[in-house]
Amino acid sequence: MYSASDLRKGLKIEIDGAPWIITEFEFCKPGKGTALYRCRMKNMITGIGMEKTYRPTDKIDKPDLDELDTFYSYFDGHNYVFSNAETYEELHVSADFLGRNTYFLMENDPCHFVMYNNEPIEITLPTFIVKTITETEPGARGDTATNVLKPAKVDNGYEIQVPLFINIGDVVKIDTRTGEYAERVSKA
Amino acid sequence: MHYSSLERLAARRPFFEKRAALAASLRRFFAAEHFLEVTTPSLIAAPAQEEYIETVAAADGFLRPSPEMEMKILLAAGYDRIYELGPCWRVDEFGRRHRREFTMLEYYAAGFDYRELFRFTAAMFAAVARELGGSEIVRYRGAEIDLSIESAEVITVDEAFRRYAGCSSGEGDFDELMVTRIEPKLGRGHLTCLTDYPADRAALARRKSGDPSVAERWELYIGGMELANAFSELTDEAEQRRRFTEAAAVRAAGGLQSYPEAGDFFAALHSGLPESAGCAVGFDRLAMVFCDVDDIADVQM
Repeated sequence: MYSASDLRKGLKIEIDGAPWIITEFEFCKPGKGTALYRCRMKNMITGIGMEKTYRPTDKIDKPDLDELDTFYSYFDGHNYVFSNAETYEELHVSADFLGRNTYFLMENDPCHFVMYNNEPIEITLPTFIVKTITETEPGARGDTATNVLKPAKVDNGYEIQVPLFINIGDVVKIDTRTGEYAERVSKA
Repeated sequence: MHYSSLERLAARRPFFEKRAALAASLRRFFAAEHFLEVTTPSLIAAPAQEEYIETVAAADGFLRPSPEMEMKILLAAGYDRIYELGPCWRVDEFGRRHRREFTMLEYYAAGFDYRELFRFTAAMFAAVARELGGSEIVRYRGAEIDLSIESAEVITVDEAFRRYAGCSSGEGDFDELMVTRIEPKLGRGHLTCLTDYPADRAALARRKSGDPSVAERWELYIGGMELANAFSELTDEAEQRRRFTEAAAVRAAGGLQSYPEAGDFFAALHSGLPESAGCAVGFDRLAMVFCDVDDIADVQM
């Protein structure tokens, strides 16, 4: 259990069987009054936000959270399979949970999970992955502007916006946090 | 110590200089008003019995949460105008406007009531603003605030609840409504004097003559921030004993540490405390106003 004076920005707590992370925190104490711990928090599963105020005598549950280092192994037809970096135990993760991250999984890449009651609730991939462009309109030669974008596809079908100078066969870096083009690695 | 924290400290020099200038200006004001600067003990035998102030135990006593009791002993000994600028400590108070160790400016004047002490305090804020910035108007967090007494707003706690929280001060959660709905609205563009608190929220204040449901207490706000708390002081020994006993019972029921009886304080009350008023100003917060910062960390080491 946490007590109210443990509360701070970034602390993960449990409310009614769900994990929440405190995103904003303010200690308040009106003159001669009781201390108030005002929190804005985000549900770590649904992303829903809420505000909650605690008092000095309040006790707050600790969520059962684990951090897990794995590397990506293979797709078994239903789930994506990761291997625990220490025990090699397999972790099966659904496409639903992974969302667009399914496009960014590369065999043997390290993947970090946050587990809540033994279910994954957060995944962190290597920040950048490298992909080859397979479809896009021909590049405008000499146009080095990076702020004008056009649609493109990479080798696994992922669709992305790239600068005008990018051509089919170019190798680009994608930022897995945003899913967006980061830079060109090499020309076709 | 990391080099980066030394760098951060070095960068705070303009704030520390402003803080020093503020202290010097306040001392000039008090000297001109014939107040004596005093230094009372920081390590005390017994703090006041207050429901919501937790005191740091140290050696065979406590680090003072405020110099109030010792200064009142001086009042009873005939020191009729005194002030102290010094450190105080409170457990578990830590935020943008709170630190466990902070600097309090506290002053008492025999013969004053809380109204007179408000006029005195407003005049003092205006005087230091003129000395530090050449004007009674300060810029704080992007807004101009006129510290002159002529433009000050005086509003009772009950009026403030009705205006900003849509209920009377007896309804709802007093502290939460105060912090979330009322305080942010106060001291916008001018000083706000929030006055006439419910009597049960002022353990050492006199009840208002003519309306015993409220205490002769005010708090002063600048830019949504509480800067000062003042009372017409309670001088009745029996009444003070009764209130401390009640507060001690609340503390005990809540499992809070128990404080020994404040023997010297009650002896002073017994011998006779003059009719007086006292005020405590959060000196760090006043420095925040003049440094135009919204985190107390910027004006402390």
